[in-house]
Amino acid sequence: MISKRFVVVAVALALALGPLASAVLAQGPSIFIPLLVYRTGPYAPSGIPNANGFQDYFNLLNERDGGINGVKIAVEECETQYDTKQGVECYERLKSKAVLINPYSTGITYQLIPKAPGDKVVVHSMGYGMTASADGRYFPWVFNFPMTYWSQASSFVKYVGAQEGGLEKLKGKKIVHIFHNSPYGKEANPTLETLAKAHGFELTLLAVDHPGQEQKATWLQVRRINPDWIYLSGWGVMNGVAVKEAAGIGYKMDRLVGNWWSGSESDVIPAGDGAKGYKSMTFHAPGAGFKVHQDVIKHVYDKGKGAAKKEALGEVYHNRGMINAMLNAEAIRTAMAKYNLKTAPTGEQVRWGFENLDLTEAQLDKLGMKGMIRPLKVSCENHEGNGLAAVQQWDGKQWKVVSDWIEPMRNVVRPKLEEAAVQEGGEKLKYAKRDCSKEK
Amino acid sequence: MIYREAGQFKTTYAADQAIFPILQDRIFVALAVVGAFVIPVRFANEYWLQAVLIPFLIYALAALGLNLLTGYAGQLSLGTGGFMAVGAYSAFKLASAFPALNIVLVFLLSGLVAALVGVVFGIPSLRIKGFYLAVATLAAQFFLIWLFNKVGWFVNYAPSGTITAPPRTVFGVMVTGPDAAAGARYVAALAFVAVFALIAKNLVRGRVGRSWMAIRDRDIAAEIIGVRPLRTKLLAFAISSFYCGIAGAELVFLYLGSAETLAFDINLSFLVLFMVIIGGLGSVLGSFLGAAFIVLVPIFLTNVPHTVGLNLPVALAKQIELMIFGGLILFFLIVEPHGLARLWQITKEKLRLWPFPH
Repeated sequence: MISKRFVVVAVALALALGPLASAVLAQGPSIFIPLLVYRTGPYAPSGIPNANGFQDYFNLLNERDGGINGVKIAVEECETQYDTKQGVECYERLKSKAVLINPYSTGITYQLIPKAPGDKVVVHSMGYGMTASADGRYFPWVFNFPMTYWSQASSFVKYVGAQEGGLEKLKGKKIVHIFHNSPYGKEANPTLETLAKAHGFELTLLAVDHPGQEQKATWLQVRRINPDWIYLSGWGVMNGVAVKEAAGIGYKMDRLVGNWWSGSESDVIPAGDGAKGYKSMTFHAPGAGFKVHQDVIKHVYDKGKGAAKKEALGEVYHNRGMINAMLNAEAIRTAMAKYNLKTAPTGEQVRWGFENLDLTEAQLDKLGMKGMIRPLKVSCENHEGNGLAAVQQWDGKQWKVVSDWIEPMRNVVRPKLEEAAVQEGGEKLKYAKRDCSKEK
Repeated sequence: MIYREAGQFKTTYAADQAIFPILQDRIFVALAVVGAFVIPVRFANEYWLQAVLIPFLIYALAALGLNLLTGYAGQLSLGTGGFMAVGAYSAFKLASAFPALNIVLVFLLSGLVAALVGVVFGIPSLRIKGFYLAVATLAAQFFLIWLFNKVGWFVNYAPSGTITAPPRTVFGVMVTGPDAAAGARYVAALAFVAVFALIAKNLVRGRVGRSWMAIRDRDIAAEIIGVRPLRTKLLAFAISSFYCGIAGAELVFLYLGSAETLAFDINLSFLVLFMVIIGGLGSVLGSFLGAAFIVLVPIFLTNVPHTVGLNLPVALAKQIELMIFGGLILFFLIVEPHGLARLWQITKEKLRLWPFPH
């Protein structure tokens, strides 16, 4: 029968390709970290380098240091296709062994936030997810350091102010926010609206529906408004289309600034020379010039265990995947130091490690990541930490950081964030507020 | 042999018109229903309940709704996702506006809202048929999703635009919200499906179902013998959307916990339509079989390499899964275009004669 032969072929194919699998087979007890990845589907161009970055960094730890304090890390990937339902299925399958999870999608993060406390699994949504969860008093199990969408948006406004010659010069300027019409894309809107009122710039919000291939109408509107600056919150194919459209209408590319999910190689290369000058926010440096990259090449790639091609090292999302893995590992290290562990920590212990993470310049230097990301300190109240943003620019060949580190307007963002935490955590999920002075 | 009804004599009209006229069917269905209520709650782990059984029940309800409209009344609809979204968003609005309202009532009311919306978008079906109607219902799909995305009122002005299931209890047991046990949510979903499947089964063998089938088979002839197309078609849209609305509310309240409009996009409409086609058009059982096929096969294909110790890269596994899944759909459509329900029918007839086929 047709199907029988089909199954036979598939199984044969699977058997032949099985040994190519890159999963780490752990000996003895290990720290299990599930990775929700999307290597297929419309968002794969962004998902693949991220997932490879994770793999490479955890592989590096296992190969170079024998894991964290001698305890190996076991990772298992689960394909979500950036789809919420598949992400939940993955989480349910893997959660029994997991102590922490990186959902890698704002939609999936929203699903996992209510589940995490019951399952004793830490949710680390690095620079995405629900902004309100940065209030650790309401969301003890959720972390979004080094920064939230709202802090990012305020950094963008600060950067624009600096470029215009001071925040007071923003009065009467026109700023357009083009966003992916999903919880992710909408996140920056409240902050931009607040800042528009405070600094007197005209804000126009333009939504682009998933997946974002059709943006003619949006850019027609942009042409009519003729804004001074554009802030882009896109994802996947939407970014490439937006950059192309902007180049197509002859918009000044250095005034089109993406958020940090809109500034990778795959977003600009399709637009060719037109993308030159396009900027985006970031919280880490791009490029493969750091010591950690030499280590990865020596300990992982030269042994033939690399997840990506060697040339992919230093890509924005590959770096981001490595940084995310590093933050996970350092939080676990913190927990192991506190509880004096020689074995894998529990979910509660890892949670403590995340909450008391203090990543110093010296430690970053030791890890070979000095200058790649800023030192970071997390606390019970503040799960966003004290991260800083920067602006990077595409010069036609590579991304380069073109600004200093920008401090977000914490005095504007934090009160709003606390309000939202009461709404999202206190009212919707009926969480009790934690007293942080009693935490040890 | 085991399936022979010899000796079962019907002595009353009531016995002759029973839903399951054959004793074996009655026993089988009774066992299945009792088993469904007891076995998973006792023995299934959370992964099975949460990732397999609950979505299966919810999709089965949605497929049942679409099957009434497409399978029985012959009105092709691609608006299922939109009608499910109506159910979900109205359930969210009702639950947050009236916290004291029982959640079962919330589900039923949100089904009514969906029915109302379904009637409005069913009006074009009086003029257009077939593919053209499919396109008209597609408009419903896109319009409704756009509406929920655009108007902040539907999500209580949450900045993220997501709706979240609030914690609610039935008979003192928490069935929705983050603290609800998977077992409780499963039983709630199962109870809804059981009741509505029974109603659907009775609807389609009664006057309403017969008038739907008359419209489906030849609408002009149906009109001549006295079936009123306006009422019949709109009733089909209303009841179908009612089912879909409840399924949509369950999708958020019993399965996902929180959702955005993307959960109800056009892919969901296609998914439910595939369930109906694979399961069998015009069959209540087919809705369940189709839902089981679509929900279980991908999960089965994902888990099999793991259980046999094969470590495939996830991307490759996903691609293979898609290919096998597509292949299976094609295979079924070629081998049995009337769906899995028809396969079951054939099995039953074979069983009746077995082991003496002549």
